[in-house]
Amino acid sequence: MKEILEILENDARISTSEIATLTKIPEPQVRKMIKEAEKKGIIRKYKTVIDWDKAGEECVYAIIEVKVTPEREVGYDAIAERVARFPEVVSVRLVSGDHDLSLLVKGKTMKEVAFFIAEKVAPLEQVQSTVTHFILKTYKQDGDILLEKEESKRLAITP
Amino acid sequence: MIADRVKHIPPSGIRKYFEMVIGMDDVISLGVGEPDFVTPWPIREACIYALEKGYTSYTSNWGLLELRNEISRCIASDYAIQYSPEDQILVTTGVSEALDLAIRATINPGDEVIIVEPCYVSYKPCVIFAGGKPIVVATNMSNDFKVTPEQIEEKITKKTKAVMLSYPNNPTGAIMGKKDLEGIADVVVERDLLVISDEVYDKLTYDGTHTCFSSLNGMYDKTILLNGFSKAYAMTGWRLGYAASTPEIIAAMLKVHQYTMLCAPITAQTAAIEALRNGRDEMLAMVREYDRRRRLIVKGLNELGLDCFEPKGAFYAFPCIKGTGMSSEAFAETLLKEQKVAVVPGDVFGASGEGFVRCSYAVSRREIKEALDRIRAFLK
Repeated sequence: MKEILEILENDARISTSEIATLTKIPEPQVRKMIKEAEKKGIIRKYKTVIDWDKAGEECVYAIIEVKVTPEREVGYDAIAERVARFPEVVSVRLVSGDHDLSLLVKGKTMKEVAFFIAEKVAPLEQVQSTVTHFILKTYKQDGDILLEKEESKRLAITP
Repeated sequence: MIADRVKHIPPSGIRKYFEMVIGMDDVISLGVGEPDFVTPWPIREACIYALEKGYTSYTSNWGLLELRNEISRCIASDYAIQYSPEDQILVTTGVSEALDLAIRATINPGDEVIIVEPCYVSYKPCVIFAGGKPIVVATNMSNDFKVTPEQIEEKITKKTKAVMLSYPNNPTGAIMGKKDLEGIADVVVERDLLVISDEVYDKLTYDGTHTCFSSLNGMYDKTILLNGFSKAYAMTGWRLGYAASTPEIIAAMLKVHQYTMLCAPITAQTAAIEALRNGRDEMLAMVREYDRRRRLIVKGLNELGLDCFEPKGAFYAFPCIKGTGMSSEAFAETLLKEQKVAVVPGDVFGASGEGFVRCSYAVSRREIKEALDRIRAFLK
């Protein structure tokens, strides 16, 4: 199973017949295993890593540090879930250190992101303070280095 | 002007294809005997750091003690064999140097060395350079390219000094299991021979587990174990290998090494320490990927009607091309000219490799698929 997941993590578009070849697991079995992993939520979804800068699509990401007051019984979960529901929010994580929640927020412009935080997140009752860090350049994302690939410098024929 | 023993050795057959490929565009090369991965970044980074810190000097002839400690620890944990880092491990510039040292340290002029073919191109010439006489044993596909005790026994004379073994094998991808090797060990004991065991592909074993020859009963004192970093850690250009054996043999090899090479480059040695300490996960990830490519190429070649023995180690497929009616050389040459796929004719690795070509699968899956498509077009 781990083997199939590892292959899919690197190439979500690979066919089940090719996975069968690569792993020597019969194709029907591969299909069954993938279905099961999807059902169990082990496979969350199939995504494409896109270098939006290269595609010429301007968009802005920011990391937001949020200090919050945890609540009795639900701790950080209630506020985290509430923030997570905004479509602008790409990810929400509870972190250790001098703030509590770390958000990744996406918008079309810096202004849009800034106003989103000012209007929707900062005023929430449990939120004590926010700090916004705009992302200027992405070097690596989801395990992929977004720089030009290192080209093979091998000789064509070696013993 | 040139010495006879050099003059009489033909140039490597690989050279010719190399020249042909140069200047051709859009070639897919399955002719490469090295990983397509670049050395994992943490290993490169360790070397850069060492350079910044000013590690640019000679090291001890033996190699850095820190590295020998790591090598000793790794052999012990992988194969439960103890080699003392103090006097049983010698760090060399690639397995190539270790091989040359092993032969020069043990072979007298006229001594015979049994070489199991098809095999890496250096074995025979190295024996000849040392004044020895290579005696070839040919393996074949019907026996999974394994060598049998009987085959070796047949070739033993009063002058036989050593046997060269190399499993997992380049170019066939064959491996030999513990049982197979024990048969060889019996002959080695009975006829009091030395074994030079080139195990540079040991980590690239896909089916079954690798057996280190010196771990066999009674073989510890009779084996020179050669290994290196090139294949497992994608470090070919660093030129770093090692030999492990008895203090007596290593001392003899050291003598040749200190007067010829002096020591292996310190840059490569510092990188190798990092490889052995922290490189295992990335190495295993590369091995898993080779395994997938292996299945892809073997299935593909068999579907094309090129009878392909299932390689269990290294990163080569060795399909039989006899059905095409062409010689290995003609096959490789026309395939390159017509479809721009480079493979290495099997006879380069010994006469018994005739009728086969070596296809390296240390290339991306995309390239393997494209190469298979082109070979399909070629065979039509």
